[in-house]
Amino acid sequence: MIGIIFLAQTIRIAMPYFFAAAGGVVSERVGIIGLSLEGFMLTGAFCTVLGSYYSGDPWIGLLCGIAGGMAAALILAVATIRFRADQVVAGIAINLLAIGATRFFLRLFFNSSSNSPRVVGFGGEQSAGGLFATFGNPIVWLGLITLPVLGLVLYRTPFGLRLRAVGEHPQAARSLGVSVNRLRYIGVILSGALAGLGGAYLASDQHQFTDGMTAGRGFIALAAVIFGRWDPKRVALACLLFAAAETLQIQLQGLQLVPSQFVEMIPYVLTIIALVGVVGRASPPAALGKME
Amino acid sequence: MRKLLFGVGVLLAVHVALLFVRPEGASAIPTGEGLDIGIVFDMGGRGDKSFNDGAYRGAELAMRDLGARVRFVEPGDGSDREAGLRLLAAEGMDLVIGVGFIFTDDLTQLAREYPQTDFAGVDLAVSTDSAGAVIQPPPNLAALKFREEQGSFLVGALAALVSRESRIGDRNYTPTRRIGFVGGMDIPLIHKFEAGYRAGVLHVCPDCTVVAQYAGVTPEAFRNPGRGKELALSQYQSGVNVIFHAAGSTGLGVFEAARASGKLAIGVDADQYEEAPGYILTSMVKGVDAAVFDAIKRVQDGTFHGGIYEFGLADGGVGYIYDDANRALIPDSIRTRLLSLQDSIVAGRIPVPTERR
Repeated sequence: MIGIIFLAQTIRIAMPYFFAAAGGVVSERVGIIGLSLEGFMLTGAFCTVLGSYYSGDPWIGLLCGIAGGMAAALILAVATIRFRADQVVAGIAINLLAIGATRFFLRLFFNSSSNSPRVVGFGGEQSAGGLFATFGNPIVWLGLITLPVLGLVLYRTPFGLRLRAVGEHPQAARSLGVSVNRLRYIGVILSGALAGLGGAYLASDQHQFTDGMTAGRGFIALAAVIFGRWDPKRVALACLLFAAAETLQIQLQGLQLVPSQFVEMIPYVLTIIALVGVVGRASPPAALGKME
Repeated sequence: MRKLLFGVGVLLAVHVALLFVRPEGASAIPTGEGLDIGIVFDMGGRGDKSFNDGAYRGAELAMRDLGARVRFVEPGDGSDREAGLRLLAAEGMDLVIGVGFIFTDDLTQLAREYPQTDFAGVDLAVSTDSAGAVIQPPPNLAALKFREEQGSFLVGALAALVSRESRIGDRNYTPTRRIGFVGGMDIPLIHKFEAGYRAGVLHVCPDCTVVAQYAGVTPEAFRNPGRGKELALSQYQSGVNVIFHAAGSTGLGVFEAARASGKLAIGVDADQYEEAPGYILTSMVKGVDAAVFDAIKRVQDGTFHGGIYEFGLADGGVGYIYDDANRALIPDSIRTRLLSLQDSIVAGRIPVPTERR
């Protein structure tokens, strides 16, 4: 019983990481740094609530969340691909923009700076927060297959090969007739859609939007991307590892076995370890962050 | 070149001309009756359904009853908090109020720079020196503090008593001796809530256990409803029936877990019943509005002086909600018990701790 509760909670916590990290893999694989996952998620969460609130249908909310993430990603894509803005600066700017814009529209639509009214979501009401509530939520199933499907697309399809080529060696890709910029646009916007889906999961799980509700999950997802060496399979495991650490902390916190500060450091410490190459070498896509 | 010079000349002329224009209502020097009050809100600003709205209500009352003129500043993230306070101080306001403990350092600094202006900080943190004695704020700065531990004591007693019932409202429960608490950021300000709550639980039920968990160690911990929901779900699953949160909007996740588990939660700072009707046992409320009004009134009467003002159960500075909405959830016998506990605390017969042991 304890094991099942632990597993269900780990999966629920991992869900936003799965989506956002999948977005991070796509974006970084085409050479654009995934620093604005946090902003995409926040925008996606807000648009989900907006869509659900006005339509009363969680599926329309979900689509709105995806669209919101894509819209935010389009801004990043235009700034970095069309206008060649510095990717780090543009990425951080998108995050700040998302925080400010969601807060502005929250007040405009719902007249509150704290949270939106309650909206419909997925999963049964009144059910105990265990397995049924977890797996009764269709987005959970979507989240579980996202990274495996992404792995298939990246490594088993011509489209995936082109995506990877653009991030590794854009000149070579171009010489073979691949439209580098077009694929980069697709990659970044796809990353926005996936991260927006992560925000949609958060918002529909809470049945509302609250100011800044992503609370750094986009950065943990980015850490998972790096720790998983840009490989969807390993990234999925990294997401699960980070989520399991959080679950362990939640389950054990009453016992005060480990200081909670320590558990909160885990994703970042592991990322640094991966980057300095203690456990195998983490080599990012060769053209990451570079525009020729 | 000549064109450019001409352009600059025209702009200069317009600029000088505009200096003589004074829009209506923008008088530079405050005149007439009534006080000029400046209030800088904490992050979120108006509409946070909590602190800032409470301060706004207090100011509104002062506008109506005392004829005060109030200017509000809503800072964004970070550094413009100090700028907002400084602006109001430099404009010669009679009283400048910062809403939230985050203003502590800025207010202390500005109070020294503007000794002629009165300042007040809601929840201002007061530090102690190495000997443990309290360091008093500057003579023109009032710290408006609340005895959160007293209100938390009462809702702790309520939580423990309700957890022993098998039927609350229209739902059945398994009576339990495990009582829940979810805090936001792991800091002394929130430990104060936990300490009072724990003392309240143990006062009415010495063999009860309090499960206390925190959402994190950064300010994000106050804005993470996802974490709040997971913490609360795991507590409810471990048999807890009632959880008290002191966690800002992280607590909204606790309410969501209460809905999902069909159990009860206790709100904080403001009456949060509307966030999850039927699942909110009560809310531990802080009278931010009364404190702000009180500070403005003191300036008006000329009795304002710096120092520490504490608002507790005795003067209605803290309390819990008991009204038509949640009356059905609190049995009469428990209500009677709470009233007698409240009297004992006010009379000083029950000491309430402010720190965790």
